[in-house]
Amino acid sequence: MISANLSAIFYLVSGVLFILALRGLSSPETSRQGNFFGILGMVIAITVTFLSTDNFSTGFIFVIIFILAGGSIGAFIAYRIPMTAMPELVAGFHSLVGLAAVFVAISAFLNPEAFNLGTQGNIKLGSLIEMSIGAAVGAITFSGSVIAFLKLQGIMSGSPITFKGQHPLNAIILISIIVLIYLLCTTQSSNLFWILLVVSFLIGFLLIIPIGGADMPVVISMLNSYSGWAAAGIGFTLENTALIITGALVGSSGAILSYIMCKGMNRSFFNVILGGFGATDETSGEKNKEQRPVKSGNADDAAFLMKNASSVIIVPGYGMAVAQAQHALREMVDTLKKNDIKVSYAIHPVAGRMPGHMNVLLAEANVPYDEVFELEEINNDFANADVAFVIGANDVTNPVAKTDPQSPIYGMPVLDVEKCKSVLFVKRSLSPGYAGIDNDLFYKENTLMLFADAKKMTEDITKNL
Amino acid sequence: MEIDPLIFRLSIFILSIFVGYYVVWSVTPSLHTPLMSVTNAISSVIIVGAIIAGLSGNSNTIFNTSSIFGFLAIALAAINIFGGFLVTQRMLAMYKKKKKDK
Repeated sequence: MISANLSAIFYLVSGVLFILALRGLSSPETSRQGNFFGILGMVIAITVTFLSTDNFSTGFIFVIIFILAGGSIGAFIAYRIPMTAMPELVAGFHSLVGLAAVFVAISAFLNPEAFNLGTQGNIKLGSLIEMSIGAAVGAITFSGSVIAFLKLQGIMSGSPITFKGQHPLNAIILISIIVLIYLLCTTQSSNLFWILLVVSFLIGFLLIIPIGGADMPVVISMLNSYSGWAAAGIGFTLENTALIITGALVGSSGAILSYIMCKGMNRSFFNVILGGFGATDETSGEKNKEQRPVKSGNADDAAFLMKNASSVIIVPGYGMAVAQAQHALREMVDTLKKNDIKVSYAIHPVAGRMPGHMNVLLAEANVPYDEVFELEEINNDFANADVAFVIGANDVTNPVAKTDPQSPIYGMPVLDVEKCKSVLFVKRSLSPGYAGIDNDLFYKENTLMLFADAKKMTEDITKNL
Repeated sequence: MEIDPLIFRLSIFILSIFVGYYVVWSVTPSLHTPLMSVTNAISSVIIVGAIIAGLSGNSNTIFNTSSIFGFLAIALAAINIFGGFLVTQRMLAMYKKKKKDK
């Protein structure tokens, strides 16, 4: 058994290694080293925990068994999961962190002696506050992530579920959580602890159901943040530096990602959380549904346009992920490059279902990351490009966001696709995108609509090049 | 008067939030997905709490209500640790630079 001071120092070391793990992600070259630091930090934390316990009883064997069991499940999932399913995976993983936090809190509540927190029914006040906050946030993370997972997986409809009195109900529940924590701390009643957990599970569920599919980038980031705060709460209870540092890191990381995502949609955080976006303006979309002429073409026309271009910008969106078209797309680009055509990729911050979703898919298809650009890096280049190839994106290219103050997406940063000499728009139909509004781009003089499945169309174009 | 150790932990917490803030802003947007999977993996350091909970039984009763929750939490956190780091590794291995010799 090593001394408490020594183990505290090791926990600090592993906290610092976690900071370095995140720091590594500032560029792809250093990122792999960063991941290694993260693993090292974790190994140190677990080893120190083993060494600081003097209980090498048979229970120890079970600890190893459970680690190996969980670890093999995790490793299996990590190797098998397709890259397109990354948002679901991350949502699923968040739910596990939340649930683990809840379980640790329950365990500490039932057996406070093991954690030096006092005795049952007489837990130190500070620890009890920290524990109940950790448990409540963990429970919210769990049930919220489960809903996010079900929505992303398509088991549950991605459209917002709203009902009358939703917001007052949520407000009442949130207030009751605070009241419950207060009562729990004054009475130490275990019944209140269980009620607190149930109510927290409930609010996590209610908070996420009104949020629609395309707002998922915000939701996932937010749940990421919550899982961090839950870990920090438990870290305070256990007086563990590694857990406190990590919780703070993850909490602020998720908060920043939520902020970036909200900005990408020009919506306030509260607007997203209150939910129900997209369901409201179906009527306004209905009234100007008079038939406007669109030009539609086939793979042959598209190939002809691109062959005569000298530069092409590709705008991928969630549709590309759904159609699994990233590999076909890269083959098309390879053919274009053989013909000395300059190709780059333009990624909108909220393209896809989670932050960085498109970048991962393109990387999977062996697209070099220095050909992929963010919105502000590439937006001026559209005016000089010959062809914009929009594949599976919609609202993020809609010029209405710049021109029509009445539009629900007005003010959202969009890619200036319409400035290209010609626009190729791969889409299955003319149906409006998530925001429920028509895309003016469809009707522009220089737009050619390619009505087909993204993957099939891309393959056909390659054949015709 | 002595300072409550809680204040020190609170200081660590607040300073870490600031460290996190600046470190995460420097993460390149193209790596935001690996950022989420790696933060997910490191937040599973909560496993240290789970291990203490799992070992809380004595040698006669390895399994009591408290330690069972500990064991379950160990399994959940382990899924996350292995799954999170490995999937991050898998993603990061895909990010390649343009080959110059082409």
